[in-house]
Amino acid sequence: MDNVNNLRDQLTKTITRPIEKIVKFFITASAFAAILISISIIFTLLTEAINFFQDPAVTFKGYFTATRWTPTFQNPEYGVIVLISSTLYIAVIACLISFPLGLFSAIYLSEFATKRTRKVIKPVLEVLAGVPTVVFGYFALNWITPNIIQRFIPGTGVFNALSAGIAVGIMIIPTVASISDDALNAVPNSLRNGSLALGATRRITSLKIMFPAALSGIIASFILGFSRAIGETMIVTIAGGQYPELNLDPRSAMYTITSSIVNVSLGDTPHGTTAYNALFALGITLFIMTFILNIGSDYVARKYRKEYE
Amino acid sequence: MLPESIEKNMSSETLITGKKAENAIKESLFLFTLYICVTIAILTLMTLIYDVLSTGTTRLTSDYEVGLITKIQIDNPIDFLTTLDSRYPDRAGIGPAFAGTVWLMIIVITVTFPFGTGAAIYLQEFAPKNKITRFIELNLTNLAGVPSVIYGLLGLAVFVRLAGFGRSVLSGGLTLTLLILPVVIVASREALKAVPDTIRQGALALGATKFQAVFRQVVPSAIPGMVTGMVLGLSRAIGETAPLIFMGALTYVNYFPDTPLSGFTAIPIQVYNWIGYPQAEWKETASAGIILLLGLLLIMNSLAIFIRNRYEKDL
Repeated sequence: MDNVNNLRDQLTKTITRPIEKIVKFFITASAFAAILISISIIFTLLTEAINFFQDPAVTFKGYFTATRWTPTFQNPEYGVIVLISSTLYIAVIACLISFPLGLFSAIYLSEFATKRTRKVIKPVLEVLAGVPTVVFGYFALNWITPNIIQRFIPGTGVFNALSAGIAVGIMIIPTVASISDDALNAVPNSLRNGSLALGATRRITSLKIMFPAALSGIIASFILGFSRAIGETMIVTIAGGQYPELNLDPRSAMYTITSSIVNVSLGDTPHGTTAYNALFALGITLFIMTFILNIGSDYVARKYRKEYE
Repeated sequence: MLPESIEKNMSSETLITGKKAENAIKESLFLFTLYICVTIAILTLMTLIYDVLSTGTTRLTSDYEVGLITKIQIDNPIDFLTTLDSRYPDRAGIGPAFAGTVWLMIIVITVTFPFGTGAAIYLQEFAPKNKITRFIELNLTNLAGVPSVIYGLLGLAVFVRLAGFGRSVLSGGLTLTLLILPVVIVASREALKAVPDTIRQGALALGATKFQAVFRQVVPSAIPGMVTGMVLGLSRAIGETAPLIFMGALTYVNYFPDTPLSGFTAIPIQVYNWIGYPQAEWKETASAGIILLLGLLLIMNSLAIFIRNRYEKDL
């Protein structure tokens, strides 16, 4: 086929019109834009972050050892550990919600639901996935906090890590559910049928055959969900509050990387100031964290695909 | 072949008889747990929608009385859509933000459609299978996972500062374009992949060049799928809040943007703004904004489903 293509291309070379060349150049350039975007993300984040660390008020050591994040105070401190720990803390709460709910929904959808139920539940999950994060933020602040958190844990503040974490968890249920569902569906039917034929119940087939067989896909969905929880911005900005010191109390406000990026940018941050550069230092910190997780998720998923194909 | 661990599990759990009753209870308990999990997900969505609707419709339908004077009531959704923001929650409209979102949509469509479909056509139909193509694909997967705030920072550095567009609706639109480009490219590739190979081969057999086969036969039959992908990408873009904050969209903008270089605000940003006020009346106004946002998304998703269904029948 390739030979025939080459031959025809040679024969028709003479009638290639200039417009074809222009179009071909344009679409090739569009595809290479993907590389350009990646490079410019890394380049802009890095250059401004390097400027940040060259500021005498900031030290590389201080960035990772100080225990307060107060870039707009008189004596600013830039302890990113505060932000990283809050980010991970809220992400873990989100995972405690989304992993079981997402995984069990996926098991239900792929192993138990009839075609008709599937047709109803899948779109509902898609709608949940399409709800803008600012709406989840509103829901966390105005519904989850007063109706759930403050009712069962009296004395909790208006802004608290628990409510933000729960809302982020709900937001990533569809991610976990749909990727786990795909993983379960990719397991060859012969495994499922074999188990059932040997007399195993559907519960045992799901838990002891399908779950281990789809495990790498499920782990990939967990890693990706965790990565999305870390990068989530509006929910934690609206409902999580800003508490610039180390703290592990889920009832109190916390300050994640993303919400401090938003809050620093809301202040007066002219180009070249330390606060402006701090945005990019936080940006590259966040980028590295999510990048490693995304690569990890991709690696695990790829490995699992090889097992069955 | 079954892995060894699975074989072990099966022999110990399933082949022992005489545990039937216990198994039946375990079985129903398990199914019950699954039901609960699915129900929680669905109930949350319903609670969210119910809460927003019940709070927001108060704002859209009732009038407010302060002292003896009944204030000018905006009980008409159209008024809410066209009036300016205000210091009073019962008078605040979403006009400028709605206009800003429309501007953003126009910019995003104009830029994303040619670049997104172009890249997809190149990758799916023309790209050689080599390391460079593989690298482009790897880049696309990674870009899709980059948090949206990072795109905001990129837009701030590239469009606002470097290109000199300032904190304008153009910078906002271009930033959102970068954000959804990977999604649109992947969706458009899927649409091209779905075109049967017979169409390509038929065109080639009749003497068409590869270029003619792709642009006159394959692309036209993939257009509906590409449009669906575009609409889904667009619906993600109009719900985005975080990247637009860097474009200055949160500063008090109470006018309709008239050029691409005007300052702007957008619906999700306006909602975020209103959520920030402590008074209860603002909650209703924010909910009304959310109703509008969810309504827009619903319309766009229905449009995508409609196009997809028609398309499936045709092929």
